[in-house]
Amino acid sequence: MAEQFVVELKHVTKKFPGVVAMRDMHIQIKPGEIHGLIGENGAGKSTLIKVLTGVYVPEEGEIYVEGRQQVFKNPVQAREAGIACVYQELNIVKMLSVVDNVFMGRRITNKFGLLDYAYMHEEARKALSALGHGTIDTRMECGKLGIGQQQMVEIAKAITQNAKLIIMDEPTSSLGEQEVKQLMDTVRLLKDRGIAILFVSHKLEELFELCDRVTVMRDGEHILTSDISQMTGDSLIEAMVGRTLENQYPKIPTSRGEMALKVENLTQIGAIRDVSFEAYAGEILAFAGLVGAGRTETMRAIFAAEKPDSGKVYVKGKEVSFKNPGEAIRSGLAFLTEDRKGQGLVLSESVKTNLILSNIKNYRKGPLLNHQEINKVSEDNVKTLRIKTPTIEEVVVLLSGGNQQKVVIGKWINSDADIYIFDEPTRGIDVGAKIEVYNVMNRLVSEGKCIIMVSSELPEVLGMADRVIVMREGRIMAEIPRESPHFNQNDIMKAAWGGEIA
Amino acid sequence: MTTAVKKRSNVGDFIMKIAPLTVLAILYILFSIMHQGKFMTMANQMNILKQTAVNCLIGAGMLLALITAGIDLSVGYNAILATCTIGVLMQNFGITSALILIPVAILVSTLAGFINGTLLTRLDLPHPFVSTLGMKNVLWGVALLITSSKTIGFTNKGIDNTLWIGRATFDVNIFGLKLLTGFPVSFILVLVVYGFFHVFLNHTALGRQIYCVGGNPEAARLSGIRSKDVLTVVYMISGFMCGVAGVVLAGRLNTANTASAATYDTDAIAACIIGGASFRGGKGTIWGTLLGALLISTIRNGLNLFSAGNDIQYIVIGSVIILAVTIDVTRNKLEARARKLATV
Repeated sequence: MAEQFVVELKHVTKKFPGVVAMRDMHIQIKPGEIHGLIGENGAGKSTLIKVLTGVYVPEEGEIYVEGRQQVFKNPVQAREAGIACVYQELNIVKMLSVVDNVFMGRRITNKFGLLDYAYMHEEARKALSALGHGTIDTRMECGKLGIGQQQMVEIAKAITQNAKLIIMDEPTSSLGEQEVKQLMDTVRLLKDRGIAILFVSHKLEELFELCDRVTVMRDGEHILTSDISQMTGDSLIEAMVGRTLENQYPKIPTSRGEMALKVENLTQIGAIRDVSFEAYAGEILAFAGLVGAGRTETMRAIFAAEKPDSGKVYVKGKEVSFKNPGEAIRSGLAFLTEDRKGQGLVLSESVKTNLILSNIKNYRKGPLLNHQEINKVSEDNVKTLRIKTPTIEEVVVLLSGGNQQKVVIGKWINSDADIYIFDEPTRGIDVGAKIEVYNVMNRLVSEGKCIIMVSSELPEVLGMADRVIVMREGRIMAEIPRESPHFNQNDIMKAAWGGEIA
Repeated sequence: MTTAVKKRSNVGDFIMKIAPLTVLAILYILFSIMHQGKFMTMANQMNILKQTAVNCLIGAGMLLALITAGIDLSVGYNAILATCTIGVLMQNFGITSALILIPVAILVSTLAGFINGTLLTRLDLPHPFVSTLGMKNVLWGVALLITSSKTIGFTNKGIDNTLWIGRATFDVNIFGLKLLTGFPVSFILVLVVYGFFHVFLNHTALGRQIYCVGGNPEAARLSGIRSKDVLTVVYMISGFMCGVAGVVLAGRLNTANTASAATYDTDAIAACIIGGASFRGGKGTIWGTLLGALLISTIRNGLNLFSAGNDIQYIVIGSVIILAVTIDVTRNKLEARARKLATV
């Protein structure tokens, strides 16, 4: 072997029912290098991390650690082989002390069989000093530390386990500027100790500042690995998005009607700032941006799912201030949430109950429910939306993802809304169901409804939107109409990554 | 693939549905043989119904709480408080009219339920376990306070109208044939109330909303259902049912006694769980609860006929509750597995 890699992946494929999450992936990480990993949302980065840490067992392919082939059947085996991961959501038990967190899951006992705290404190202190954070008191309760310091505790945990590779999944996303600097210093200290780092980030500037090499993923596949000095921001973005638009977007032209929704300076501290925009009847307005850019938060604030701290919302020219989602629905808003199972459906209930969930009170005859009417409407929905279900009494949990999504869409169509907010309407459903969802959107706009579509899939945005608003870190970065020359993947991505559109 | 799974889960569903009925039938056969001439008598059967009534009434309210993935641990003392309210109004204020005693008792219990709901939804206490466990003690204390910790007797105090519903029985004779003798009016009340609950849960908007809030409170909220209001109403109804149970208790026990609430809460929970409700919420039926309550009364009655003391009864009923919960947990696991298989 010409060059020894600390971790190497060859021809790894991971499948899920109906989807291939990672196909023929390969990556080689050298000892003591900082290796960047980027890709769009859903490009397969998380899958790669989970394969490396033993959370997923791939169907095909080989994993080598320091030249020896390994099969990780569970996270413990990956940890023992020397692969550690600092997740975006830290695995810190806030009520426990620093030392307890560093040694969680391991028992170091003295000759009496009791935990050897003297030794553990010593080791934890050593590890933290090596990270340049020797000042952290190992007796301190972790919850009292800042996020940056909690992250250090996680990294200390990794190095006391003799990790050879530490994966950092968007480690800077919840840090302040000062903490980011400290983290970068720590990462360089780790590099000097010969520990390899796989640095997953959405921020190009960080990658350029920190990494030696970078790997780009797209659609679950390896696109390129290169020295970062050979790359530019534009070339990285091109590698991330570089695919051609296929004709799976049956957009039909419509004419823009009156203003349906106007939002002024909507602010939710810590999530969105000064968001202002207008949406019109008969158009599809898309919201693009990276995960965590504040798009969903904006929609939740408009719908009063989470009350905004400040800002104004106008529906058809009239100012409104919803106290709860019920009021928003009565004003003609509908909100298809991105989390279908957690927020959209009552999984334990029937198709028909879910279809009438948002306006059940409209189906009353006296004090009782009019089951005939409910059945008629549900049967209608099943037919027009082509929901594949044996009967309307079927429990929705047994339906496929695409059909579940159609049930949610049916629920909102029944509420007879004028403004439809669709948050990731095609996430996790197959291509056929996607096209049917687009057709429903077409039908709604041609009936003069207003659609706001939040989507992380750029081809979908370009395929269906009349106008796109790009958000980044809680703010609107750009607004691009379909006619504009900037209405293309590269410019939208540039705005989403914080760049200027020329 | 999918259809095979569905068939299997339907069979499983069916077995789960008839399981309590099967157990009840087996118990009947068993007790009939073991207590020949004692168990299958008209008087004893009517006794079982009489004993079931209070648990059925409390269980109906408990069912709603369980459907919303909650629990109401205050039911026992809430019912006792209703009985004590009747006693205090009679003894200290000389009120004897059923038209005052019954509504006031029920109102007091409903108010306690409203407080339960408010604590849960407006103070955002983590789980109704907390609010209702606290309220259980509060209500016990209030009952002791208003009665000065004394037992109040109802015999010959001129409030027989109020006691009638918990006490009265009637006979059914058809063409001189004694079909039923000593059928308790309180069980008729149960059947009427359960009929109402059946309609309420299945045929009204609020009833369906209770299931939806139980199945997924966030989805319900984002669909415009006021989850908090629905929950508050659920605990008020539970309180209301405790009030009704308290009135029946007054007639059945002939006393207002703060010490008698011991097993009402667990019996009610057990009745619901045996009847198909789940601690995870979202399911349960009123007729299942009726079966569950009958099952528990039958076990108690059978043990009584063995002249088994309280000790044995507690042990057996405790085991039955644990068994019922185990079945519930197993059922959930099986369903989760069926779901996983169905999505492959």
